[in-house]
Amino acid sequence: MNPSDHPPAVFTSFWNDTGKTGITSWIFSTDHKRIGLLYFWSVLGFFLTAVLLGLLLRIELMAPGRTIMGPETYNALFTVHGAIMVFLFIIPGFPGAFGNLVMPIQIGARDVSFPRLNLFSWWLYMMGAAVIIISLFTGGGPPDTGWTFYVPFSARTGTNVSLAVFGVFIVGFSSIVTGVNFVTTIHRLRAPGMSWDRLPLFVWSLYATAWVQILATPILGITLVLIIAERVLGVGLFDPMKGGDPVMYQHLFWIYSHPAVYIMILPAMGVISEIIPVFSRKPVFGYKMIAFSSIAIAAAGSLVWGHHMFTSGMSDRAILVFSFLTFVVAIPSAIKVFNWVSTLYRGSISLEAPMLYALSFILLFSIGGLTGLILGAAATDIHVHDTHFVVGHFHYVIFGGSGFALFGAMHYWLPKFYGRRYAEKPALIAWGLMFVGFNITYFSMMVLGMKGMPRRYYDYLPEFAPLNLVSTVGSWILAVGLVLMLVNLIRGLRKGEPVGNNPWGGATLEWTIPSPPPTENFPEEPVVTHGPYDFSKAGTP
Amino acid sequence: MTEAPHHIISYTKLTAVWGLLLLLTGATILVTRLDLGPYKILGALTIACVKSGLVIAVFMHMKYEERLLRILLFVTLVTLAIFIGFTFFDVLYR
Repeated sequence: MNPSDHPPAVFTSFWNDTGKTGITSWIFSTDHKRIGLLYFWSVLGFFLTAVLLGLLLRIELMAPGRTIMGPETYNALFTVHGAIMVFLFIIPGFPGAFGNLVMPIQIGARDVSFPRLNLFSWWLYMMGAAVIIISLFTGGGPPDTGWTFYVPFSARTGTNVSLAVFGVFIVGFSSIVTGVNFVTTIHRLRAPGMSWDRLPLFVWSLYATAWVQILATPILGITLVLIIAERVLGVGLFDPMKGGDPVMYQHLFWIYSHPAVYIMILPAMGVISEIIPVFSRKPVFGYKMIAFSSIAIAAAGSLVWGHHMFTSGMSDRAILVFSFLTFVVAIPSAIKVFNWVSTLYRGSISLEAPMLYALSFILLFSIGGLTGLILGAAATDIHVHDTHFVVGHFHYVIFGGSGFALFGAMHYWLPKFYGRRYAEKPALIAWGLMFVGFNITYFSMMVLGMKGMPRRYYDYLPEFAPLNLVSTVGSWILAVGLVLMLVNLIRGLRKGEPVGNNPWGGATLEWTIPSPPPTENFPEEPVVTHGPYDFSKAGTP
Repeated sequence: MTEAPHHIISYTKLTAVWGLLLLLTGATILVTRLDLGPYKILGALTIACVKSGLVIAVFMHMKYEERLLRILLFVTLVTLAIFIGFTFFDVLYR
C-alpha cells in the first residue's frame, strides 16, 4: 500500500500523539523515535562539550611552553576530552541516536523488540554520564590518565579515577542493552518480505555492531572493575611487585576498545552505504559484499587489539600475529570503499550536503585507514608509536570517518523526523569550512608525529612550533564550520521548508511514510516487495 | 514465542554431575602441584571449561534448549576462548 494515497490528516505525528507535553513525555517515552531523539540531543551536548575541550587543548599547544593552562590541567583536559568523545559521544552516537530513530522503520517494524529496555538504556547512559561528570568535581579532581586509564598510573594517581571508570562501567551497560535490543529486533521484527538480502545496509551495519556491543563490552566492564579493585583493595593484578602484569591490563582494555572502534565506524559505513546510492540514483554496487564485509570487519576487527601494544613489551610472536591480523581487516574495509566508488561510477550524482559528507568520508576514512596500516606494521609502528601521528590518524578515522558520517546522517535523516529541512547553501559552506579546517588541523598533526613530536606532552621543542600553530588555526576554521552547520540545521528543523515523505528519492521504507512519522510508524504492516536500492519503485514498500 | 517444554532431570543424574564436579575440583588442585611450567594454566583452564560446560549443560538446562540458543551460546563462548587464547599466546612466548 502506498501511504501517499491517504490524506495527511489520517496520521498523527509522533510529536503530538499522546496529547502530553513537557519533559516527562520524553524521558519516560518508550517510542523508539523519541528515545532516538533523546539520545541524539544528549550525545550532541556531550560532543560540543568535548569539542570545546579540544579547542582549549589546541590553544594550549599553539606555542611552546605555558599558553593558557598548566600541565596538570592539560593532562586532565585531554583525558576528559577523550573519555567524553569516545564513551559519551561516538559509541552511543550511531546505535543510540540514528539506530533507534531509523532502524525499526527501515525493517518495517512498529518499534524495537524491548521498548522499555530501550528507554532504560538511555537512562543508564545518562546515569553513567552523570557519574562521570560528578567525578570531575569531587575527590582528587578530574582523572589525568588519558582515556585509556592505563595502569600502573591509573592505580596510583590521586585523581578521581575510581568514580570516572565506574561511570564508564554504567555507560557500558547501556551499550550492551542496546546491542541485545537491536539483534533481537533485526531477527524477530522484520516486516513480511523484508528478507536478509533486502535489509538496508545501515541495518546490516547495526547488526554487526550490535554483536560487538554484546560480546566485547562486558570485558571493558570487568577491566574497569579491576582498576577499582587495584586502587581500593591493592589486589596487585597489574602490579609486578605482587606478581601481576601491567601488559595484562592493556590486553583486557584493548580487547574491548579496539572492537569499540568498529562500534564507532561500522554504522558510519552503513550511513555512507545509504547516502551514496540515493544521491547517485543507482543501486548500490556489490550489496552482498558490503553486507558481508560489515560482519567480516566486526569479526576480524575483534582479533587485532594487540597492535596497540607493539612497544609495550608484548612477545614478538604475538606482535607478528596481531600485525598480520591488522592487515587482514584492511580487506573488508577496502571492499566497502571500492564498492562505494563503483556505485558512484556513471551515476547521476547530485552534490547536496549529505552526499558531500559521504564523499568526504570516503577520502578521510581512506587516509585514516591507510595511515592505520603504518601503525599496524610493527616495524614502522615502533617509530611513530605514541606520537602526534597516532592522534592525527585516529582523528581521521573517527572524526573524518564517523564524525562526518554522523553529520551526513543528520542532514539526511533529521528532516524525516522534524518534517522540515535545512537551507542548502549555508550547509554547503559549513561543509567546506569543516573539510578544509579538518585537514589543516589533523594533517599537521600527522606531519608533527612523523617529525617526532610525542602525544600527550604539554610542552614541545621550538622546531615543532610552526606546524602546531597551523594546526590550531585549522581547529578554529573547523569550529566555525561546525557552528554554522549546527545553526543552519537547527534553524532548518524549526523553521525550514517542510519536506514531503521522500525529499531525497530514497527507496528504503522510512521514505514511504510521512515526515514526521506517526507513532507506530506504519498505518498497517508493510509488505516489502523490492530491495532497498531499487529506485524504480522508490516511495512504495 | 512459545516456552520450551519444562525438562525435569533426575536426582541420580544431578548427583552424578555434582560428584563429577567435585572430582574435577580435586583435579584442579592436583594440577597446581604438578610441575607443568606454563601448561599448568592450560590444564587448570581446561578443567574449568569442562566444569562450567557441565553446569551450563545440565544444571542450567542448555542441553535441552533449542538449537539457535545453543549455537548463540557456543559462538559467544568461542569468542571468549579466542580472547583468552590470544592473550595467553603473548604471555607464553614472552
